[in-house]
Formats: sequence, structure tokens, C-alpha cells
Amino acid sequence: MSDAAPLLSVRDLRVVFDTRRGRLVALDGVSFDIAPGEILGVVGESGAGKSLTGTAVIGLLEPPGRIDGGEILLEGRRIDTLPPAEMRRVRGRQIGAIFQDPLTSLHPLLTVGAQLEETIRTHLPLSRAEAKARAVALLREVGIPSAETRVSQYPHQFSGGMRQRVVIALALAAEPKLIIADEPTTALDVSIQAQITALLRRLCRQHGTGVMLVTHDMGVIAETADRVAVMYAGRLVELGPVDQVVRAPRHPYTAGLMASIPRMGAREAVLAQIEGSMPRLGAIPPGCAFSPRCPSASARCTAEVPALPPGGTGAACWHPVAEPAHV
Amino acid sequence: MLAFLIRRLLNAAGVMLTVAFLAFMIFRFVGDPVELMLNEQATQAQRDELRVRLGLDRSFPLQYLSFVTNAARGEFGISYRNQQDVIVLIAERLPATLELVLVATVLSLAIGIPLGVYTAIARNSWGAQLLQFGSVLGVSLPSFAVGILLILVFSVTLGWLPAFGRGEVVQIGWWSTGLLTPSGRMALVLPGITLSLFQITLVMRLVRAEMLETLRTDFIRFARARGLRARSVSFRHALRNCLMPVITVTGLQIGNLIAFALVTETVFQWPGMGLLFVQAVTFVDIPVMAAYLMLVSFVFVALNTLVDLAYAVVDPRLRQDSVKHG
Ligand SMILES: Nc1ncnc2c1ncn2[C@@H]1O[C@H](COP(=O)(O)OP(=O)(O)OP(=O)(O)O)[C@@H](O)[C@H]1O
Ligand code: SF4
Ligand SMILES: [Mg+2]
Repeated sequence: MSDAAPLLSVRDLRVVFDTRRGRLVALDGVSFDIAPGEILGVVGESGAGKSLTGTAVIGLLEPPGRIDGGEILLEGRRIDTLPPAEMRRVRGRQIGAIFQDPLTSLHPLLTVGAQLEETIRTHLPLSRAEAKARAVALLREVGIPSAETRVSQYPHQFSGGMRQRVVIALALAAEPKLIIADEPTTALDVSIQAQITALLRRLCRQHGTGVMLVTHDMGVIAETADRVAVMYAGRLVELGPVDQVVRAPRHPYTAGLMASIPRMGAREAVLAQIEGSMPRLGAIPPGCAFSPRCPSASARCTAEVPALPPGGTGAACWHPVAEPAHV
Repeated sequence: MLAFLIRRLLNAAGVMLTVAFLAFMIFRFVGDPVELMLNEQATQAQRDELRVRLGLDRSFPLQYLSFVTNAARGEFGISYRNQQDVIVLIAERLPATLELVLVATVLSLAIGIPLGVYTAIARNSWGAQLLQFGSVLGVSLPSFAVGILLILVFSVTLGWLPAFGRGEVVQIGWWSTGLLTPSGRMALVLPGITLSLFQITLVMRLVRAEMLETLRTDFIRFARARGLRARSVSFRHALRNCLMPVITVTGLQIGNLIAFALVTETVFQWPGMGLLFVQAVTFVDIPVMAAYLMLVSFVFVALNTLVDLAYAVVDPRLRQDSVKHG
């Protein structure tokens, strides 16, 4: 864990949906920090609440979803209670976001340059000409060839990989200190996923940008992230340095998740599936949400909700997997 | 593309021939044209002579053929009522109707688009709810009632605006315009509002529906995530994406407006084609009725065809060619 003061600090975040059939708790007691320049990987199966966490941080929850408890601090300043107009100025300027699908993230009827220039001039006091020059420089920085001509083209004139580079340029346009990247490569061709991940990592390292990187790809986590957060049914179940979580997971769910990755070098990958499926939001069991699927579940597990150890690193589990002897 | 174009034009021609057939049937079989054109004292010789002159002694298909070829040349014969060339009568009245339709269209866009954007963005506010409710009212109120109500309030009670006629008009070639004189513009206000009321609610509802859909798209979410100003997200980004259907519907509605102008023109004694048609009906002036029917149908068919062709041009499959891979 980094010693620097956290860039982002999420404390006991609770997000609920008020529906006709009652209140659904979608995020419950989520706490984590991201240090300046750090890349935090967030994993967990579909519906675990990864995207929702990112959406809450950038303040774009849509009704009926809302923050029901906890706090979000950016460089020590509370941002979850900011008035909408002020939160708008935080978005893009201090927190950037990258979404899954580059094909639909760009406005189809505006040129790439127009979208870049508007983003730049919204946040930075630059003239039109300066913004245009910056737009071209950004495109060049994200590796788009002949940026001077590309800047006046429309999104449909770019391939998927190139479009995601444009999206990254847009997210970085006003040099935010934090980027929320929600599955930035999932929609892309496998052959270009690695390039885009590498680009994102290089740019964030260069600019000292912190990243919350949501992904399903444990390979990307292992290569890119500094620390990993594992989510399950709206809760954070394990948090720790990437080596530790990937090689020696303490939470039984994480252990199952890691076992389901094809082992490096194994020709015939055996996918060890975790039996059962994640509970729906309305049907989360009491105690540990993983207990119905957990091989180590005990009576205590179905009675009390386990929390992350003090300090926020480790597994939220009553009976964590033993640490390997050599660690 | 060429095959599509030809198919579409053949289609349009087919529709027009059918309409021409209907108009011809009215012309030929609603009353006897000869009886309608001559007075009771006419001799049998005069009757026969007119019958031959009108070509009514020829076979049915031949008569239809000559009706169609004449119509295509803009010849619809002589008005029974005032013995003038029908096409001249219509040309005299056309500018009044088209200016009324133009004003109604401009009003519907200028008012309907902002209201649509507002009701989509603030969809839960009481103002938006009220407008939604009001738009239901606007759709269900018959336009003659609206017109009479407006006359009652703004002409009779307040005396601000004229209740009938076009005011002073200026002649530009064969076109007479009321847009260039103050009294002409004043005269356009009430009929313009009356005719556009339905269209305003239509545009508003269309923009609202399109906006609600667009506001859910990824590119709007990403625009918000970049911290763009709310006004820019709504108008520059979201509205831009909604304009294509608005333009299409507005284009198609012009035909409807011309047809509906009939009611408005009657209420306001507006000297347009609609009023001409209504007067023609009262006098069983068949050539004028047939010409009006053909003209309005032609506008409908032409607009529909143009919109279809425009769609073919902007079809995304045709745009795919420009995607580069890399
Ligand atoms: N409008 C809503 N009403 C009720 N529940 C919702 C709503 N939006 C999201 N949820 C729920 O919130 C939970 C978290 O969703 P989220 O999108 O964060 O999952 P995720 O971890 O990002 O999954 P994925 O890997 O599929 O992207 C899900 O169970 C989802 O069903
Ligand atoms: S708390 Fe109990 S049920 Fe939950 S993961 Fe740990 S051992 Fe399994
Ligand atoms: Mg997600």
C-alpha cells in the first residue's frame, strides 16, 4: 500500500435503489483508497457492483439509484455532497471516465476534434486555436497516426481500437488526477486489447494519474494493477496488493475466481467453476453473501456479516484461506 | 440505388394515377357536366355541341387518358362557377395557403422543439407535466374551435388582431405575399397559431420521445462524464441527434398542413386553396374540386417520395464504406 495521502477515498459507501418492490441495497459498506498514480484493479462477476461504484464516484447515479450512506473524498474534499453544478466541474477536470464501448461513446454527428475541443475549453482557459492544437497533440499522444487530418473526421471513420484511443484522449483532455476505466477493452478485438491497456497504463504512469480499472480480465489485472479489489454482491470482499491477491487469495470467493483462470502455460485450461451463482439484489442472504456457495461456511457465516480487517487490506471472511507458509 | 429510385418513382406514379382516376370519376359522374355548365334554356344542339367539345362522346378509357394528360400539363378545364381557367384560380390562391403553412411550420419548430427538450430534461417537474397534459388537449381540440376561441379573445374582445382575410398583400410576379406588410403579418398570426397548434404538440412530443431515448445513450453519458455544461449536453449533443426525425416528420406534415388548412381558412375566411375548395363544393364546381384533389395528393406523394429518397441517401449501410481499419 502507498504511504502517500489518498487521492480518492471511498468510505462505507452504500448505494440503494428505491423500487416499487422495496429498497434494493446495491452497494453496501464499500471502502477503498486510491493513491496518486496508483492503479486499482476492480474485479468480480457480473452484477457485483463494479460499474455502480465508478458511477457513484463520478456522481452520475441515475434515479432511482442514490447514495444512501458513506462518503467519497477526492484529495480530502468531500465530493458526494457537492451541488450538481460544482460536481460537473469535478468531472472531466479532476476525474475522467472511460466506458466499455468505444463504438457508442462518441457522438456520431460531431467530429473528433469538436468533441475534444469542447471538452478542453470547458475546463481549461484556452483559446479556440490553442484548444485545437491541444486536441491534435492529444490524438498524437494516444497513438493516432496523421492526427492533423484525423482531428476533423467523424467517429465512424475510425476503427474500434482507434475510437477507444480517442475516448482515452477525451478522458485525459483536461489532465484529471483520477480515471475511472470501466472495462475499457472488453468491447474490443482481442488483438488490440493489450495495446489499449498498455497505452492507458503508460499515459497514467507518465501523468501520475490514479486509475480505477474495472475488468473481467485477470491477465490485465496481473500486468497492470498495483492493487486489486474483489467485489461480490455489492460488497468488497478482498483488497490487497496484486501479487498477494492473485497468487495467495485469502477470501474463498477470490480463491475460486483465481482458480477459474487458465493457468499460464497450461495447454488445456481447466476452468474450475464456482458452484452456484451470485444472489440477486433482493435476495442477499444474511451474514456473508457468499455463504451459500462457500465450501468453508460455518454457522457464524450465515449470522454475521464479515468485514475487511482494520486498515482495509485483506479478506472480509470469518475463515480466510490460510496464507501459504513461505509468505 | 438506381433500382430503388425507379421503383419508388413508379410507385409514386401509380398512386397519382389512382388519385387521378378518383378525381376523374367525380368529374365524370357527379352530376352531368353539360347540365351543370349550361342553363335550362339551352337547346339540344347546344348540349350536343358542348358534349363533343368536352370530349364526353368518346369512350371511357380515352376520356380518362385525356384527363390524365391534361392534368399532367396543369389543365383542369374551366371553373363552372366563374368561367375562369381552374389553374389560374388555383395559382391565385396558392400563395395564401403556402404562406399560412410556412408560418405554421416555423411556429411549430420554434415552439415545439424547445418545449420538447424541456419536457424531456425536466420530465418530472410540474411544468413539464403540465405541458404534457396541455399537449393532449392541443391534440384533441378541433382546430375550428381553437380558431373561433382565438377570434373571440384577440379580435372581438381585445381587438388586437384581425379576425379574417389576409390584410394588405404585395404582388411579386404571380405570387402575392402578406409577409411584407404590417397588416399582412398581423393577419397571419391567428390563423398561423390555429393551424400550427396540432403541429406544435406533434413536434414537442416527437422531440421529447427522441430526447428521452438519446439521453440514455452512451455518448450522452460520456459527455456528462467529461463534465460538459448541461446546456451543451442537452442542445449541442442530445438535440442534434434528434433533428433528423424532426426534419422528416416536418417535411411529411407539410402535406397534412395544406390539407388541414382548409378548416383554418374557412374559419378565418383566408383566401387560400382550401377556401376555394370549400366554395367549389358548395357550387358543385367539379373541375376546381378535381384540381384541388390532384394538387394536394401530388404534394403528399412528392414529399413522401423525397423523404424516402433522402433516407436511402443517409442509410448507414451506405456510410459503412468510409470505415477505416487500423
Ligand atoms: N436502475 C436499477 N434498478 C435496480 N437495480 C439496478 C439498477 N441499475 C443497476 N442495478 C443493479 O445494481 C447491481 C450492480 O450493477 P453493476 O452494473 O455495478 O454491475 P457490474 O459489477 O458492473 O457488472 P458487469 O460486470 O456486468 O458490468 C446489479 O445487480 C444491477 O442489477
Ligand atoms: S465468511 Fe464464511 S461463508 Fe463467507 S466467505 Fe468466509 S468462510 Fe465463506
Ligand atoms: Mg459493469
